[in-house]
Amino acid sequence: MSEITPQLLGIQLVAGIALGAVYALLAIGLSLIFGMLNVVNFAHGAFFMVGAFLGVYALGLTGSFWFSLLLVPLATGLIGLVVERFLVRPLYGRGIDYPLLLTFGLSYVLVDAMRFFFGIEGLPSSTPAALRGATDLGFGFFPTYRLFLIVAAALVIGALWLFIEKTRYGLIIRAGARDPEIVRVLGIDVAKVWLLVFGLGTAIAGLAGALAAPTRAVNPEMGITVLAESFVVTVVGGMGSLPGAVVAGLLVGIVFSLTSLFAPELAELSIFVLMAVVLLVRPQGLFGKAGQMG
Amino acid sequence: MSESTLIEQARGSAGALAAVLRFTARHRVGMVLAFLLVMPLLLPYEALAVNILIFGLYAVGFNLLFGYTGLLSFGHAAFLGIGSYLAGIAIVSFGLPWWAAIPIGVLAATVAGVLIGLLAIRTRGIYFSMVTLALGQIVYYAFYKAERWTGGENGLRGVRVEKIDLLGWQLDFVDPVTKYYVVLVFVAAALWFVSRVLASPFGAVIEAVRENETRAAACGFDVARTKLLAFTLSAAVCGLAGTLRALHLSIVPIDSLHYLQSGQAVMMCLLGGMGTFFGPFVGAAVFLYLEDVVTHLTAYWMAAVGTVFMVFVLFFPRGIWGSTLAWLERIAARGERA
Repeated sequence: MSEITPQLLGIQLVAGIALGAVYALLAIGLSLIFGMLNVVNFAHGAFFMVGAFLGVYALGLTGSFWFSLLLVPLATGLIGLVVERFLVRPLYGRGIDYPLLLTFGLSYVLVDAMRFFFGIEGLPSSTPAALRGATDLGFGFFPTYRLFLIVAAALVIGALWLFIEKTRYGLIIRAGARDPEIVRVLGIDVAKVWLLVFGLGTAIAGLAGALAAPTRAVNPEMGITVLAESFVVTVVGGMGSLPGAVVAGLLVGIVFSLTSLFAPELAELSIFVLMAVVLLVRPQGLFGKAGQMG
Repeated sequence: MSESTLIEQARGSAGALAAVLRFTARHRVGMVLAFLLVMPLLLPYEALAVNILIFGLYAVGFNLLFGYTGLLSFGHAAFLGIGSYLAGIAIVSFGLPWWAAIPIGVLAATVAGVLIGLLAIRTRGIYFSMVTLALGQIVYYAFYKAERWTGGENGLRGVRVEKIDLLGWQLDFVDPVTKYYVVLVFVAAALWFVSRVLASPFGAVIEAVRENETRAAACGFDVARTKLLAFTLSAAVCGLAGTLRALHLSIVPIDSLHYLQSGQAVMMCLLGGMGTFFGPFVGAAVFLYLEDVVTHLTAYWMAAVGTVFMVFVLFFPRGIWGSTLAWLERIAARGERA
């Protein structure tokens, strides 16, 4: 730990931003579902894990990383649709804790489902051939896959932003998050919108898993820590805020990455302490509106 | 037999049922203890009984917050774990006797309850669950990394209590039956305490907060202070469960601080019946017995418990004991009306 060169710092920073990009995707999915359905998806980490498994599996099966990136969100989104329709929907109007409890139970089932299909050891993941090695950015070499991860997440987030802010469907989602009653009165089938939003949220979680798979160990338990980390990001950023999710995601990613460079023992702890500090200073989160926490 | 005698009989038995229900409610601590006294005789082996006793107490502590105050914490493993670790460290690193280790563990869990509670009650509703989960993970990682004191990943080993000396009366703590009844003494004290809290004016206020926070505040109750006090008491009870668990297992696994351990309290509480006095023990017993049976049959224990839990959330949100009570009360009420 004696020499921390600018090069090392730069690489660690890129790793932090790449990690933060994944966090941002996770937090956006959580926020989207919460903003619309008032449901905290405790199976979000499990969907991330399923996405990672399916991504590695699809890559091995088809040999095409791009194809796997297309397939995974479709698959996890589909699981999400089934879950909303048959498990979450009966619980609306029964208090906010019930969907949360249900998705917690679901996460247990998803963990064992992956153990059943792919074994308890998990799958060996590798970086796709085209994205291996390092890329020269003019001021230094950086791991290509991390750079790709950042670009890919930026594209997904950009597309989501356009979808939510600029399209008719996005308008319905935003209106539904503010007042589902009025949206229903205007003749829109809110139940269908909720279904699709849950599916969209789980699709993004799965995609985040598939994108992150080459950078971490793919095993059935990987979603368990990811869930806690995505809660940290959501609380830091402020629930229901898209810019909040992105900024907090990057912040948490960078904090984690830099602490693991300077004080490796404190890396996991650092992001939770960051959250505690944000709670003390600004309980609604960096971008949340005051009073929204209730 | 004429119709009127039949009705008379039905009314009589329903009245008796109602009387039994009232009696059980009034003497809830005694009734639970009567059950716990004979429980080891009903189970295949005594170690399971000790586990049910300890996790039942853990779920009782959690239920004080979740069932009665209406706050769903996902961070209560922190208090179970801190109770275990601090009692364990007192014995292993400082060579203190077991009876001194218990108050140390409970006190540490109570202090942690105040600190985590202060932060967590700044948030409401669904955020409360997320924030308590994340704050609980702080404790998990802190103990994980403090390897010198806690043993890190391997857990804290060597919390050995073999003999309990009671004014010259030697008790063999290795014997599971003796152990069970020693632990039961502490559980009984805690149950009496929780029952007193629930029967006090404060107990009425926490239920008022659960039913309608705004109205409770409008009635002049300090909601934030009520929540913090309920959180702290709940943490103390879970801490006691933790200290007893450390003595029982003679090691403290690091998993006892993980949020999945908090989830276990949630599951037990809901399976048994949240907001009921006996429910947490029923939940703990069913959960642990199921675990025992299922892990012998299949490796997919998590899928089984997850499915059972989802079925209860969807169809039996009152839990086993809560549904049974509601059913008996309905019969009694119907009979009295007839």
